Amino acid sequence: MVGASAAGLAAVETLRREGYEGTLTLIGDEPYHPYDRPPLSKQILGGQWEPDRVPLRAPADLDALGLELRLGVAATGLDLAGRTVALADGSRVPYDGLVIATGVRPRRLPGDGGERAHVLRTLDDALALRDRLGAGRRLAVVGAGFLGAEAAAVARGLGAEVTLLEPAPVPLAPAVGERVGRMLAQAHHDHGVDLRTGVAVAEVADGGVRLTDGTLFEADEVLVAIGSVPNTDWLEGSGLTLGDGLECDEYSAAAPGVYGAGDVARWHNPLFGTAMRIEHRTNATEQGMAVARNLLRPDERRPFAPVPYFWSDQYDVRIQAHGYLRGHEEVAVVEGEPEERKFLAVYRSGDRVAGVLAVGMPPKAVRTWRQAVATRAAWRDAVGELLPEGA
Amino acid sequence: MSGESSSEGSGASSGEGKGVTMRVEVDVPKCVASGQCVMIAPDVFDQREEDGIVVLLDEQPAPELHADVRESAVVCPAAAIRVIEK
Ligand SMILES: Cc1cc2nc3c(=O)[nH]c(=O)nc-3n(C[C@H](O)[C@H](O)[C@H](O)COP(=O)(O)OP(=O)(O)OC[C@H]3O[C@@H](n4cnc5c(N)ncnc54)[C@H](O)[C@@H]3O)c2cc1C
Ligand code: SF4
Repeated sequence: MVGASAAGLAAVETLRREGYEGTLTLIGDEPYHPYDRPPLSKQILGGQWEPDRVPLRAPADLDALGLELRLGVAATGLDLAGRTVALADGSRVPYDGLVIATGVRPRRLPGDGGERAHVLRTLDDALALRDRLGAGRRLAVVGAGFLGAEAAAVARGLGAEVTLLEPAPVPLAPAVGERVGRMLAQAHHDHGVDLRTGVAVAEVADGGVRLTDGTLFEADEVLVAIGSVPNTDWLEGSGLTLGDGLECDEYSAAAPGVYGAGDVARWHNPLFGTAMRIEHRTNATEQGMAVARNLLRPDERRPFAPVPYFWSDQYDVRIQAHGYLRGHEEVAVVEGEPEERKFLAVYRSGDRVAGVLAVGMPPKAVRTWRQAVATRAAWRDAVGELLPEGA
Repeated sequence: MSGESSSEGSGASSGEGKGVTMRVEVDVPKCVASGQCVMIAPDVFDQREEDGIVVLLDEQPAPELHADVRESAVVCPAAAIRVIEK
C-alpha cells in the first residue's frame, strides 16, 4: 500500500476487516499517521482545531490493524515483474498485491517567494500559512477554486486583507455553473474579500505576484491554489500507463494485482460511461475500499461505479454535491434561490441527470436527488424538457 | 459519552462470528453533513433536518447492523464515527 492517507487507510482497513491476515505494509512519505486534509483549509487554518484533531484514526484503532508502517519514507520505484517497491532508504518491499494511493501535490507557479509563498496540501503547509496570517496581513490567493476560496474565507475571518485572483470571468463556473459561481463570487464580496476575475498571474515575485501584463500585485503572503499534479513520478518507467494520473480500468486496476485509488487514480466509471479522476475526500475512501475488495476476491471483482460526492465550506455557505458535474450542459435550479443561499440545483449531461448541488437544503431532498443521479434518471422525467443548447 | 459495555461475553450476540457487542460514538463537531452514514445504515444514523448534521439513533446497534455500521465508519468523510467492539 503506497500512500498513507485517506485512500491507503481505507484499503488496509477494508482488507483487515474482510479477513486478510497476511502482512500489510503501509508506506507514506509524510512523517505522520494518516490524517485528514479537508479540515486543513477550514478548522486548522482558522485555528479552531489543533493538529491533534486531524488524525484519521485513534492510535489504538490503527494499532489494532497490525500494519507494517513505513512512514516518512517515499517509494521511489516499482518493479512490476519482480513485484517489489523500492523505497528512498534503499530497501525493497515485496508484494503480492499493490495499491497505489499517492495522491496529488499542488501545482506551483514560477518564481521564488521564499517563506511568503504558500501552497496548501499538508498539515505543515496549513500550519505555516496560519502562522503568518492575522489582522491586517495582506494575503493574495492565486486561483478561486474550492481550495483557494475556502482559504480566502478563513483568512478573512482571521482579519487578513484578502484578494482572490482568478483568470476566469466567473469562479468555478466549469465545475458548478455560472449562476452558482456568481453566488459564490457574491459571498466573497459580502465578506470583504476582493475577488478579481480575469486576472492571470505569471509568477510569485518579491513583494507579491507578477501578473501576466507585467504589473506587480503587492501582498505580504501568497497562497498558490491553481490545481494539482498527480504523484506518479515514482512510477515513471515502471510500465504502468501514466496520463493525467495513473490510468486504471473500471475495476480500478492498473495492471494485474495492481490497483489505483484516490486522487492519483484515473479510472473508467461505468455509471457515467466516462473516465474520471476525482479529487474528493469520499471518493478516496470509497475507491480504497473497492480496490481492497477486488484484491481480496479476484474472482468476484466489481467495477467501481460510485456517485462522486464533495462538500465545501465557504463562509456560512456549505455546498454539497453528488454526481459528476464537470462538462454539464445545463443547470436547473429546482428548489429555492441561489441568491438567497438556499437552493438545490441539478445538472444535465446528455439526456440524463448527472449531478445535484445543494446549499442549505433539508438532507432528505438532497438524498432524493442523489438517487436520481445514482439511477441515471432521464432528465425529461426528473426535471422537464431539455433546454436548447447554451441555456 | 457513557461507556457501559453490556455484560461482557453475554454470548447473546451471535451471527457475526466474533460474538461482539458494539458501541458507536460520533464526534458531532467533525461531521460535515454528508449523509453517507444515513445511506448505509439508516437504522443507526439520521441527519438533523436543519443542517444535515448526524444524529445517532442507536448507540448499541443489533448484530445484524454491525456490518453496515462498520462500513459507515470507514466511509464517513469526516472520520467522525468510531466503532468500539468488545
Ligand atoms: C486543504 C484541502 C481541503 C480539502 N477539502 C475538501 C473538501 O472540503 N471536500 C472534499 O470532498 N475534498 C476535499 N479535499 C480533497 C481530499 O482531501 C482528497 O481528495 C483526499 O485527501 C485524497 O486522499 P488520497 O489518499 O487519495 O491522497 P492524499 O491525501 O494526497 O494522500 C497521498 C499520500 O501519499 C503520499 N505520497 C505521495 N507520493 C509518495 C511516494 N512516492 N511514496 C510514499 N508516499 C507518497 C503523500 O505525501 C500523501 O501523504 C481537500 C484537500 C485539501 C488539500
Ligand atoms: S457520514 Fe460522517 S460526515 Fe457524513 S453525515 Fe454521517 S457522520 Fe456526518
